[in-house]
Amino acid sequence: MSAFARRHPVWTVILLIAAAVLLWMIFALWPKWLVELIGRKKVFLNALFNGVTLGGLYFLVASGFTLIFGLMRNVNLAHGSLYLLGGYIGYEIADLTGYWLIAFPVTFLVVGAFGVLMQIVVFRRMEGQDLRQTLVTIGISIVMADLMLWIWGGDFYQVLTPSWLSGPMETILVTAQKRSGDLVYMKYPMVRIVIFLAAVAIGIGMWLLLNRTRIGMLIRAGVDDRDMLSATGARIQLVFAGVFAFGAGLAGLAGVVGGTFQALAPGEDVRFLLYSLIVVIVGGMGSIPGAAIGALLIGLADQFGSVYMPTYAVVLTFLIMVVVLAFRPQGLMGRA
Amino acid sequence: MAVVDPPTFSSGEAAERLTWAERVPAAYWVLAIVLLVMPAFAGNFVLNDIFGRTFYTGIIALSLMFLAGYGGMVSLVQMSIAGVGGYMVAIFGVSAIDTISLGWPWYVAIPIALVVAVLFGTLAGWLAVRTEGIYTIMITLAIAAAFFYFTRQNYVIFNGFSGFNGVLPPKLFGVDWQQAVPFYYLTLFWAVVCFLVVLYLSRAPFGLALQGVRDNPRRMAALGYNVIGHRVAAYSFAAILAGIGGILQTWNLAQISPGTAGIGPVIDVLIIAVIGGLRHPIGPFIGAFVFVILETFAIDALIAVGLAGDRFQLLIGLGFLVIVFWSPDGILGLWEKLRAARNRDPLLDRGGDAP
Repeated sequence: MSAFARRHPVWTVILLIAAAVLLWMIFALWPKWLVELIGRKKVFLNALFNGVTLGGLYFLVASGFTLIFGLMRNVNLAHGSLYLLGGYIGYEIADLTGYWLIAFPVTFLVVGAFGVLMQIVVFRRMEGQDLRQTLVTIGISIVMADLMLWIWGGDFYQVLTPSWLSGPMETILVTAQKRSGDLVYMKYPMVRIVIFLAAVAIGIGMWLLLNRTRIGMLIRAGVDDRDMLSATGARIQLVFAGVFAFGAGLAGLAGVVGGTFQALAPGEDVRFLLYSLIVVIVGGMGSIPGAAIGALLIGLADQFGSVYMPTYAVVLTFLIMVVVLAFRPQGLMGRA
Repeated sequence: MAVVDPPTFSSGEAAERLTWAERVPAAYWVLAIVLLVMPAFAGNFVLNDIFGRTFYTGIIALSLMFLAGYGGMVSLVQMSIAGVGGYMVAIFGVSAIDTISLGWPWYVAIPIALVVAVLFGTLAGWLAVRTEGIYTIMITLAIAAAFFYFTRQNYVIFNGFSGFNGVLPPKLFGVDWQQAVPFYYLTLFWAVVCFLVVLYLSRAPFGLALQGVRDNPRRMAALGYNVIGHRVAAYSFAAILAGIGGILQTWNLAQISPGTAGIGPVIDVLIIAVIGGLRHPIGPFIGAFVFVILETFAIDALIAVGLAGDRFQLLIGLGFLVIVFWSPDGILGLWEKLRAARNRDPLLDRGGDAP
């Protein structure tokens, strides 16, 4: 942090001012001119919260993608299909058992097992052939998309939120002041906040796993130099399979989350694949903190875009990607 | 040295003595004649919906093959470039949406369309070549998706979701080029031109340098070649091909909409190029032919064996997987394998070329 400040003093000042303005906009009562300028505070806060929680969902999808890419140089273009598969499986489990929470571990295991299968049956046979692996993942995603369309049809599915999580939650943020002088507090769906906190917990857990444990050490060593790691006698195939399972499982988990937040339908797989691509390109390939920053940025851009410039909301996220590519091709947190 | 040495020819010199007509393999002559007389015995459906489509899809896939095969850059943005070409023809030329279309004559609209397509392709390439290898797929896919969403949302220039219809080829020389036979010859002409240009370019200094850049960018940079420049130039050239293909496609369908360059078609172009083979410019056309045949007849075939007709994507996906798994060079690679197996000496049990 201080190293960054010393190297880029101007950027640090700009970022600090931006953070201060943002904090003021979140906590202060908005004066009239600001409301006239960009609309009511409630809209702004809702966009902010939606953006941050959506960023949490994007992070869940993209972190698995970036982890697999970083270790195996495998651009898994079937990642979106894993997301959708997870969503459907989660829906079936929640529907069958009636317990929303059970859907998560089961989906994680099932989709993770599917990921291991993919790694062992497909990718291990063509190690080092990046392009072929990527082409295979395209083929798998086409086949999976059609099979899922076959099984679940073109309808929308929504994973039902349990009663203890549904409904709004009072927050401490003030959105407006009534004429009588009472403060109006913001209400926000509880399930989104809980899921966001869970995403943060998973992110921190992943960071700890990668940076503080022996397995994490192996994975980081593999990211830096696969060949040297396998030469030291580490069982790299085991690490590969494990990371692939974990990444795929995360995508499946995110599917359940996405099915609760939004809806599951054919085409969502491509959408989430694209978002994880953009998140990973913006954040830097193979970097977990990069995925977090990228997901937050893209989630916020998506939501603020759809509130303040609805026509070009999608384009805005791509614009961010283009700008990052033009000035920092390796991504915000990527290594050159 | 009074005695004149008898002239001795190595095989290479002998080859140079042949006229250009003799150097072209016989199979190509047969193919050319069959394609030229095709309208004599094929119906309008075959000419237009199978061969016309094969040719322009092949041209678009050829632009991908050029980048991937010679440049080592698998670009998924080619379909979007084709879309730009088609859109520009609709916007600058004549279409049914006359509030947006400028209605300029074809000799202005088509060059502008190609120039815009090349500009778009160059820009996309400039972004894509900033990163290496496998990243290119991700970035070009993202650019293609951005183009799709942008055209879908923009109503001022691209007329949003519905796009343009009534985009017809000009009635040049008194011929209605949208009719099956003229359109067949039109697409055949451009397919052959594009094929020959790519073939020529692959042996020209630029193409050789590009292949050098593909194989070892560091060494080429050390030799003084501008690696980035060559790659971006390859994108620009490929954009011309894609633009031509896109314009032909727009004329054939008489319309263009965001779905033309959606994620599905973008992936289809890659599938076509890979199924055909990325080693030789004939590959994309073979791939396009197979793809179009499958797309046209798969539904009937699926219904015939008792499956639902809408499992077409499954068939394509499985076929693609099989090809990628067993023959990375596509159908061309299969053909070469077959030929190598046929030339195998049964006594020595090894191929003719292999040591």
